[in-house]
Amino acid sequence: MAQLTQRAATFQRTLSAAAFSVSSTRCLNTASTSPITVETSLPFTGHKIDPPSRSVETTPQELLSFFRDMALMRRMEIAADSLYKAKLIRGFCHLYDGQEAVAVGMEAAITKKDCIITAYRDHCIFLGRGGTLLEAFAELMGRKDGCSKGKGGSMHFYKKEGGFYGGHGIVGAQVPLGCGLAFAQKYSKDENVTFAMYGDGAANQGQLFEALNMAALWDLPAILVCENNHYGMGTAEWRAAKSPAYYKRGDYVPGLKVDGMDALAVKQACKFAKEYALKNGPIILEMDTYRYHGHSMSDPGSTYRTRDEISGIRQERDPIERIRKLILSHDLATEKELKDTEKEVRKEVDEAIAQAKESPLPDPSELFTNVYVKGLGVEAFGADRKELRAVLP
Amino acid sequence: MFGFIRQRAACRGNHASSLERGIRATALRTFSSSGKEMTVRDALNSALDEEMSADPKVFLMGEEVGEYQGAYKISRGLLKKYGPERVRDTPITEAGFTGIGVGAAYYGLKPVIEFMTFNFSMQAIDHIINSAAKSNYMSAGQISVPIVFRGPNGAAAGVGAQHSQCFAAWYGSCPGLKVLVPYSSEDARGLLKAAIRDPDPVVFLENELLYGESFPVSAEALDSSFCLPIGKAKIEREGNDVTITAFSKMVGYALKAAEILAKEGISAEVINLRSIRPLDTSTINASVRKTNRLVTVEEGVPQHGVGAEICATVVEESFYYLDAPIERIAGADVPMPYAANLERIAVPQVDDIVRAAKRICYRSH
Repeated sequence: MAQLTQRAATFQRTLSAAAFSVSSTRCLNTASTSPITVETSLPFTGHKIDPPSRSVETTPQELLSFFRDMALMRRMEIAADSLYKAKLIRGFCHLYDGQEAVAVGMEAAITKKDCIITAYRDHCIFLGRGGTLLEAFAELMGRKDGCSKGKGGSMHFYKKEGGFYGGHGIVGAQVPLGCGLAFAQKYSKDENVTFAMYGDGAANQGQLFEALNMAALWDLPAILVCENNHYGMGTAEWRAAKSPAYYKRGDYVPGLKVDGMDALAVKQACKFAKEYALKNGPIILEMDTYRYHGHSMSDPGSTYRTRDEISGIRQERDPIERIRKLILSHDLATEKELKDTEKEVRKEVDEAIAQAKESPLPDPSELFTNVYVKGLGVEAFGADRKELRAVLP
Repeated sequence: MFGFIRQRAACRGNHASSLERGIRATALRTFSSSGKEMTVRDALNSALDEEMSADPKVFLMGEEVGEYQGAYKISRGLLKKYGPERVRDTPITEAGFTGIGVGAAYYGLKPVIEFMTFNFSMQAIDHIINSAAKSNYMSAGQISVPIVFRGPNGAAAGVGAQHSQCFAAWYGSCPGLKVLVPYSSEDARGLLKAAIRDPDPVVFLENELLYGESFPVSAEALDSSFCLPIGKAKIEREGNDVTITAFSKMVGYALKAAEILAKEGISAEVINLRSIRPLDTSTINASVRKTNRLVTVEEGVPQHGVGAEICATVVEESFYYLDAPIERIAGADVPMPYAANLERIAVPQVDDIVRAAKRICYRSH
């Protein structure tokens, strides 16, 4: 942080700060879409494939939107932590702070016609796919304005019209499901791809290899994305996997290892993977990333990791700080403007939470809705069948 | 063989219920007799063929369904007609291909997933329950799963403990699933077509020993728009003295038992459940209110079984109509043995049903 202020102090602003209003639509001048080339933090490592170049094309607009989007995601997750401790969120809550670059980098490379499916650490992916803060917070608090009307909870966010298929609680199940989405895309001749995301813990699941085998046999446009945050709950990767080189685990399926804390590297890898998968079938992307929180809100995350490790990553590799440095070094905004963006984002989150708190709990009749699409007029019962019964619509 | 009219016929509940009322009104011979007979195998094959022809989103996936023409030849001829994109042979990886099928259904396709037997569905049961059955609910209607899981269920002949389990009770206890159990060829045709058209996940439990059995089929049942309502039982034989509920192969046994009972002056009403979930409790209760006695028959074990559920619902809804306690005829509480004599006494036989019915009519000696 000291380094940052020092660097910022060396820049002279030629235009007064008043000339710009700090918002995500800030850079409306023609320069905002003019390309900038940035090198990724590390080169990509390929398995049975030539990796893409580490020179990434971006624009000021993109970098600023990366900053804003990641700041929003970070703020949302921190706020969720507080809501959980205030007992407004119940059950499971798996937070994504630290991993934001994967969500935003992926979105920058794809369209809403491409599909994403992930496991239970899904709040930020949901946001990236077009979900709103209100839908997220209301769902977390089990209110009717939640994206699943309060009936899903933290692990079951969906946004079908944004190409987001959840939100799954069973470790590894989302990978065959994702290959199924890719199957359907190919069957329908859609020229789109599916990103099936999973963690280092899920990477050892048998069903993943079953699905990958079929995806490779049938050339499905499936991109398997391992978000390797190095811990499957409390078990470090070296204790769970004989081979933690997850990008190589596809064997006959090529893979790429990516710095998952570098949004531009993620974008480049996803763009590369999409082109590859549309022509050749499945590919694995291993995103080297990190979660600051424990596995979930019931895990402090410090019994199996040292505090030094966590703070070290925060200092050296934080995805938001990386983009901040990039923006400042390319003179795309001032430090104050970025801080104002963060304040704005915080306000947005606070407002969404206030609104979500106003949202009521679902009506008791919702207990019996959506069991079926076509209920056939069948009766369903509550705990006391003489007391609570309904006809399934 | 049949006139495959390319129809996107909507199988709405209203339409089906008038049909079904027709069936129940005269119990058996509602439809004009076509003089035709058809095996259950051909019934399933024709249903798959017609639904694949009518809707390009329908595809079949499973082990040996394509080039082998189906492990039990249910999908004979379909690969040739529809090609390998729509009739997919899979590796022996149930968890993988069931997950792929459910994912394809999320996207909007209409998969028919074949399990070579439902014993192997246990390898994929997480996808059937957690990925398919619960999705529409958890997503509050965003993610519907129009998928059919089908294959032979229950005991065959001499296939031993790991290949003989009946899964009706297991799947029947899952909210979000529809579970169908066809008996005759008309059942097979009408229920499979209804299942494929249904927007919810359907577990379709066939029976290997019925595949080769021939049944008369009406002209109506041969039409490509033919559909049976899901959740409605059929009264296969009307009677007044005792109700016998059964499903799948046991319907045949119950009908044989009814013949024997008739000779002894006991008139048995045989109900073919057709659907385990939803269970047609109103047909069952209406019948028991008429006959005052009930024998439930199933191949699976009695504990937590289909018969247990039927007993509970009848006790709840029609207690004061019962003249005798309910009898359950079910499979033995053991894994299926191989030796022929042991296997015979591990599953219900016609004699068992007759004996229970006589007992319940206070006619046993």
